[in-house]
Amino acid sequence: MSIQILMPALSPTMEEGKLAKWLVKEGDEVHSGDILAEIETDKATMEFEAVDEGRIGKLLVAEGTEGVKVNQPIATLLGGDEKASPARPSPRSPLEGEPSSRSELGGGMAKAGPTPPPKAAKAASTLPQGDGVGELSDPEIPEGTEMVTMTVREALRDAMAEEMRRDDTVFLMGEEVAQYQGAYKVSQGLLEEFGARRVIDTPITEHGFAGLGVGAAFAGLRPIVEFMTWNFAMQAIDQIINSAGKTHYMSGGQMRAAIVFRGPNGPAARVGAQHSQDYSSWYSHVPGIKVIAPYFAADAKGLLKAAIRDPNPVIFLENEIAYGRSFPVPKLDDFVLPIGKARVVKPGRDVTLVAHSICVGLILEAAEKLAVEGIDAEIVDLRTLRPLDTATVIESVKKTNRLVTVEQGWPICSIGSEICSQVVEQAFDYLDAPPIKVTGKDVPMPYAANLEKLAIPHVEDVVAAVKVVCYRS
Amino acid sequence: MSEPSKAETAGVRDNSKASTPVALKQFYADMLLIRRFEEKAGQLYGMGLIGGFCHLYIGQEAVVVGMTAAKREGDQVITAYREHGHMLACGMDPKMVMSELTGRASGYSKGKGGSMHMFSAEKHFYGGHGIVGAQVPLGTGLAFANKYRGNDNVSITYFGDGAANQGQVYEAFNMAELWKLPVVYVIENNQYAMGTSVERSSAETHFYKRGSSFNIPGEQVDGMDAVAVHAAGQKAIAWCRAGNGPTILEMKTYRYRGHSMSDPAKYRSRDEVTAVREKRDPIEHLAQNLIAQKLASEDDLKAIDKETRAVVNAAAEYATASPEPDPAELYTDVLV
Repeated sequence: MSIQILMPALSPTMEEGKLAKWLVKEGDEVHSGDILAEIETDKATMEFEAVDEGRIGKLLVAEGTEGVKVNQPIATLLGGDEKASPARPSPRSPLEGEPSSRSELGGGMAKAGPTPPPKAAKAASTLPQGDGVGELSDPEIPEGTEMVTMTVREALRDAMAEEMRRDDTVFLMGEEVAQYQGAYKVSQGLLEEFGARRVIDTPITEHGFAGLGVGAAFAGLRPIVEFMTWNFAMQAIDQIINSAGKTHYMSGGQMRAAIVFRGPNGPAARVGAQHSQDYSSWYSHVPGIKVIAPYFAADAKGLLKAAIRDPNPVIFLENEIAYGRSFPVPKLDDFVLPIGKARVVKPGRDVTLVAHSICVGLILEAAEKLAVEGIDAEIVDLRTLRPLDTATVIESVKKTNRLVTVEQGWPICSIGSEICSQVVEQAFDYLDAPPIKVTGKDVPMPYAANLEKLAIPHVEDVVAAVKVVCYRS
Repeated sequence: MSEPSKAETAGVRDNSKASTPVALKQFYADMLLIRRFEEKAGQLYGMGLIGGFCHLYIGQEAVVVGMTAAKREGDQVITAYREHGHMLACGMDPKMVMSELTGRASGYSKGKGGSMHMFSAEKHFYGGHGIVGAQVPLGTGLAFANKYRGNDNVSITYFGDGAANQGQVYEAFNMAELWKLPVVYVIENNQYAMGTSVERSSAETHFYKRGSSFNIPGEQVDGMDAVAVHAAGQKAIAWCRAGNGPTILEMKTYRYRGHSMSDPAKYRSRDEVTAVREKRDPIEHLAQNLIAQKLASEDDLKAIDKETRAVVNAAAEYATASPEPDPAELYTDVLV
């Protein structure tokens, strides 16, 4: 009797990976703790250890195979004592288990157990992978521009690299941005190109290094401060708002902080309440800063370049799950997008769907489902949250007469709250139904897979809300 | 009063320049300007012409005057909200400082900053910060910029005994030493964090030791003696300028007034304040020395006093006669 060795999930959001190298061959005896293979995710190459003892029966996946799905059998193990149970969650210690600390969020060189619970990486599986949907037109991109496909992660990295090449005052600092190549691999290769003077690993001191960055910006440098995730930036929020955001005003325009704070925002997958928060509305509340939250790779690139050049403090909210999604990006020498402009990603007649960041993928998928039922949705990607491009939303609502906003943040004082307020104020007579906000639920993020699924918006929630505003439910 | 620091015993610091007679007279004039300015500010506050929080520097003048004399053009200064003295010492215009206190368009921040928030890019004065301790990472960032640019300017980052208990101070200490940043941390220990004495708030009351976990050398200085401050400042700044990383100066000083204008200062006795005023007043102490060493006569000092009063009165008149900011200024300077 043999047991199956399954492709492991090596990070909270991993859905597939490359089996880079087998370190055992058929017939080898293995003991628990032996390294079986090297697995490459989009973030890192990790070693994969045996949990059970026995002899390798068959290698089911050849080394070098890409796109091996999590939980797919990759080898068989012939049992020694035949006691080994098939594919069960590995007996990991709490510290090595599901990611609950920043060290595991990065998913770097830490060793991970081989067989995660069956649904470990499925929280995002209903979301579209995005390939292809970004091909829709953008008025900012000249017609006939050649497009190259790249991930959001690569687009962000390229934006930073290009700006660092053109301006020596631009530098990147944060936890694990240099030698580790970025906890989420966004800064991959930057240390090699720009050196330790400009790509700086910091100690784990968000409050301190955020303040240090703002001071450097007062002195005329252009820091990019990476937060490993925005959850940790709450430690630094005083420096972001009181020091970076208010100094230009308090100094009567004499002193400024041209600084970008960036990093992944919002829930990832199964990381619990303290690591799964959407800060979109928090920062958008504050005068004196700009807030950008793109979804597509082209927007990530063009807007990050704009943010780095902007003389104001800019909050740049990324999304961990979107990092690995691929979209076309214009092949232009210097592709910079204007901050503060929403984009109609897909025109439609019947209802306006508004979102930012990862939820743009969600409303695009919802639009496809709605189309089947004869509802033609217009998709508005806000891209920038402050200044908020309400004009584009209002123009759309005047056409469709119906509005649904979608976001992962909490419902009270959310981005949707603001949009609904503006639309009711400025386009009340155009509305054929009360607008609806689809948001994260008003609870701290639960850990359990089923509860987490209930806590964040899904395509079905969007479809249901659209049917309500269209009186089709 | 000072105890030898690691740096001193290692003999690394530059201790060559001493205060000259001319400098001593200037110290006197500079301290007196701050004293008279602050007295006037207190008066205007009482008349309702200055609003909100107003933290006076009276009693601590020797610290900023001695340190400022030790720095050179290009060195940056940053501090918290008790900053009127720092600005005057930096050479900022008393008329514009007072105008900011009265919330007028002619103030350094066009009336939008107030007593706690003024800046001068020209004089390398970086504020003027209202959150206790926040200026410490910021000042460390100024030092980071110096190192990044490869110049040898030094950031002089002031904070109080109260701020010295803030966590972000130690985050900044760690990075400053780790990256050898040119920053002098000047801890103005006026012995009260608002109403809480250092003994009641601090497990280690010798603040010059607060960098020891990070290997940052520190020295305690008589902050009521401008000459001692100047000497210590020169050594500390030279240490930083030479690329040795940060250093700490603990200035033992005393504020005569309350924490802010609205503080009745019931947490200490009148006798305590009077004793410091009579025995350790930095301005009186220097005046006596100038006369004893025949570097100035009573008449010379009287002339300085008269001149100073004229400057301060002119500032007050200017600051009360200037118009308030235009209502349209409400929406300017939010973003660049």
